[in-house]
Amino acid sequence: MAKVIEGLYYSESHEFVKVAGNTGYIGITDYAQHALGNIVYVDMPEVDDEVEVNEDFGAIESVKAASDLKSPVSGKVIEVNEALEDEPGLLNKDAFGNWIIKVELSDTSELKDLMDAKAYEEFCAK
Amino acid sequence: MNNKLYGNLIFELSHPGRRAYSLPENRFGHHPLPDACRRAKDAELPECDEMTVVRHYTNHSENNFGVDNGFYPLGSCTMKYNPVINEEISSLKAFTDLHPQQPVETVQGALEVEYNIQRALASITGMADVTLNPYAGAHGELTGLMIITSYHQQRGDTKRTKVIVPDSAHGTNPASAAVCGLEVVEVKSTPEGLVDVNDLRPLLGDDIAGMMMTNPNTLGLFEKDIPEIAKLVHDCGGLLYYDGANLNPLLGAARPGDMGFDVIHLNLHKTFSTPHGGGGPGSGPVGVCEKLIPFLPKPHVIKTKEGFAIEDCRLTEEYSTADNRIGGYLGNFLIILRAYTYILSLGRNHIKEVGPLATLNANYIKECLKDDYELPIDTLCKHEFVFDGLKDKSTGVTTMDVAKRLLDYGYHAPTIYFPLLFHEAMMIEPTESESKDTIDGFIKTMHVIAKEARETPELVKEAPHSTPIGRVDDVLAAKHPILTYRQLIHDMESEE
Repeated sequence: MAKVIEGLYYSESHEFVKVAGNTGYIGITDYAQHALGNIVYVDMPEVDDEVEVNEDFGAIESVKAASDLKSPVSGKVIEVNEALEDEPGLLNKDAFGNWIIKVELSDTSELKDLMDAKAYEEFCAK
Repeated sequence: MNNKLYGNLIFELSHPGRRAYSLPENRFGHHPLPDACRRAKDAELPECDEMTVVRHYTNHSENNFGVDNGFYPLGSCTMKYNPVINEEISSLKAFTDLHPQQPVETVQGALEVEYNIQRALASITGMADVTLNPYAGAHGELTGLMIITSYHQQRGDTKRTKVIVPDSAHGTNPASAAVCGLEVVEVKSTPEGLVDVNDLRPLLGDDIAGMMMTNPNTLGLFEKDIPEIAKLVHDCGGLLYYDGANLNPLLGAARPGDMGFDVIHLNLHKTFSTPHGGGGPGSGPVGVCEKLIPFLPKPHVIKTKEGFAIEDCRLTEEYSTADNRIGGYLGNFLIILRAYTYILSLGRNHIKEVGPLATLNANYIKECLKDDYELPIDTLCKHEFVFDGLKDKSTGVTTMDVAKRLLDYGYHAPTIYFPLLFHEAMMIEPTESESKDTIDGFIKTMHVIAKEARETPELVKEAPHSTPIGRVDDVLAAKHPILTYRQLIHDMESEE
């Protein structure tokens, strides 16, 4: 079964944010990598790009489908996970351990619209 | 298939200096091209005799699987029989020897075919007029969306930049919208698999150019709220677009034009029995309602007192939306001719049986298999339906495994992992062409595979076993595709 981690914020489109101070690490959940199957490509924004809450910031391509990545928060991209360029399969190995982008949060109040681990687990079970 | 001798690339059969031609003796001496006009390196083309070339490609062609080989239940693709009479008519020299630049008085017959099928398609779908010009379904989608944006622009209504697409839509819908410069807004489905009208309402406004729909949708379910959806979209000033991929079950039962659709595209290679996929080319005519006729692309065939004529773009200095073109001439003529042959072969009365029979076949398979396969939405379907994998998933056999195992039994696999609403989607569309014997054979095989999945799961997980190439590494193929011989050689050299 798909893993869920305490202390993260979750979106309905299966992204997570891990918050450390004013920085958000955004990635896809274990449930998402499971549903997507073998991931072959991750399309990421560039550093200094602005991301908007609920707007696309990239895409993931798996052997099954191509899916947009939706940002659960707004902010400025301060780093992208370059390891995923050569090895997108890292997301299948450990989705929570491999964030996709690191964002400087511009509005921490957006976090309250996201789910906690328990709510997300229930959301996935539906 | 002689795999031992011919399961090779043509490059592997190459011998330096072998030729399939012989030129007469050179009596004029050698006059080499200047160095600047010559390639720096050899072209590295294979060198084979004619018989090797013929055997190579003949053997390869026998590795193909088409609707002429066997049952092809590929969902959303309507792989119906391509009648032989279509080929016979479209190979008549009177048609094949035409040139698109011939004077119109010498091609009256061909123009009559185009005009008549424009009228036939308009009447079958309930639209006012049709363009035959788009060369494929996705090309038709783009054309249809361009008609919608032209219409809004002509009225000076420039803020309509968004198009609504259901989450169950074919992937081409958002793709065509993006190519057309429109922003895609997704509307959700209800648990019953239909467009959620309550989710749609708040999306509508004066920035909506239109909404794209497939009806029946990709789950094979009829969007019964279509009158309300059409009204809502029209009330906000948008236009309603019909993706004709799933038109087949409606033949004889209902018309998109009567449901309130303003623009539609058709896939002649699906609904109207012309060759599909690699056997194409395709054809994606677009139909429009009365008020959009001025926005149909040119050229367009019209009927006049003097005979058939071609309406073309006017060469004026000022651009007008009435002068749009989306291709050189009047579409894929010989494909259009096949579809016209199909329509005339069936005739007005028999074409009405297509939809009901396609619907019957799909429901029959669904009911016979739902004990072994997970049916997420258990209701009457139209021409196709979607299983969510095996009912018993305990042995870990996936939809991919079942699809591969079907190849061993001589069937083409259904559409898998689409629509994205379910994780193990398996979308089956039998079409009306198949006999009950064929369908019963398929049902029996699907039961056998379900049993194998329970009792000998490894057999299914490692399938296919009887095809020229076994289980393909999808991940490697997607991440590192080798598409040319040169690349293969290069890869082999760098490994050494």
